[in-house]
Amino acid sequence: MFKTFIAGILLGIAGAAAALYYIPVVDQAREQSMIVVHPNHGNTETFHVNVPSDRIMVGAADQAEPLPAELEWPGDLQFAATRAELFKIRNGKDAVVGVASRIAASDEVSGEIIEWVLHLPARGSAYVIMEPQPQEGGYRVGDLARGTREFSNLTGRVTERFVEAPTSFDENGSQGRIEIITAFVGQAVDDL
Amino acid sequence: MRYLVALLLGLAVGVAAFLALLYFNPMTTRNHLSPLSVSDNQVITFNYSAVATDAIVYTNDGESQVIPHPAKVLQLWEPTVRRSDALATVLRDGRNAPAAIGIKFSSDSERTNVLNGEAIVDSVWHVYAPGQGTLFVEQRENYWDFLRDIMIPARWSSGDNWRGNWNGSITSGPGALGTSRVFGGSGIFAGIETDAVESLSAKAYSVEFGPVAMDAELAIEIPRRDASLSQDP
Repeated sequence: MFKTFIAGILLGIAGAAAALYYIPVVDQAREQSMIVVHPNHGNTETFHVNVPSDRIMVGAADQAEPLPAELEWPGDLQFAATRAELFKIRNGKDAVVGVASRIAASDEVSGEIIEWVLHLPARGSAYVIMEPQPQEGGYRVGDLARGTREFSNLTGRVTERFVEAPTSFDENGSQGRIEIITAFVGQAVDDL
Repeated sequence: MRYLVALLLGLAVGVAAFLALLYFNPMTTRNHLSPLSVSDNQVITFNYSAVATDAIVYTNDGESQVIPHPAKVLQLWEPTVRRSDALATVLRDGRNAPAAIGIKFSSDSERTNVLNGEAIVDSVWHVYAPGQGTLFVEQRENYWDFLRDIMIPARWSSGDNWRGNWNGSITSGPGALGTSRVFGGSGIFAGIETDAVESLSAKAYSVEFGPVAMDAELAIEIPRRDASLSQDP
């Protein structure tokens, strides 16, 4: 019986080690990437934010109705020209795939800045610097400045635009959507 | 029957012994000294309270230990973001004056490996410092020491809390020296690529509410520009 007990101990140690080795402690849920390949034009992926339902935070000075309610934006004058927003972002199938921050600000050193960070937990993050002035047609373009994990070896452009909801047909109080289109390709690698 | 009981008892003892070995394994204790402490370059520090109620906004899946703040903030309950949290906070400089707005996204990492003492969280910071510029920080954090020294003792405590003084770096990569990667987006930071280290200073922790008294520091090394271009007279 003592030998059985010892065998049980060894089996327990081996079982626990095997379980911790083979069973993932973290397994992030994934949605299928909705990448569209264009003929001779690279590939794009479209994300969107439903407004206002996907807004987590709108941080700005002197807001009549802060979002979320009871938000206390810092009163320092240096943050008066800063607008920081947090969103959930969705893929082409309208499924939430991540979160994003958008900072719009202006000061004498940086000038006018508009930046995004898109954070997709299962894939990585993309840091995007937009051109402050919108293009004709109401959209704004920017560059992927840095990426992590899946986005780390990519380069490319991003566009953002606000698409208003057709108010007469809208039932959910939606004002529209912020559309973010990424066009990323792998960075060129020098031949060895 | 007796053999089956002996086997089950042995299994239980074996699993407990293995978990105890993991918990007390000195090989997984990390060096708390920041690699930036020996840097010749200027290091700027951003400090913030790591208590959720001190943030502008903190949100998670709404079912975790730390309660989202403010109470009516949208929660991250969808499957793809359930193991993530978002924080927006005021970052303070070394004189405790507000210096920046910092937004941090953190997600449990699939690189977590309990056998190696790695409780990994992938995180990014999006920082805007008025009059200075913007920064993007890519970070891999290891909470193993925090888990072992604070969270588990808090659960063992009869009062379900922990009090003491704990200081430690949580940054474990992706830089070669266990530092995070920083990229400057605009202003005086535009184009810089450097390192950073985030550390925690905990004084009280509650099993029910999470951190009760805990400060954090994000230290960023600022490389000297053009130092290598100047010629000796």
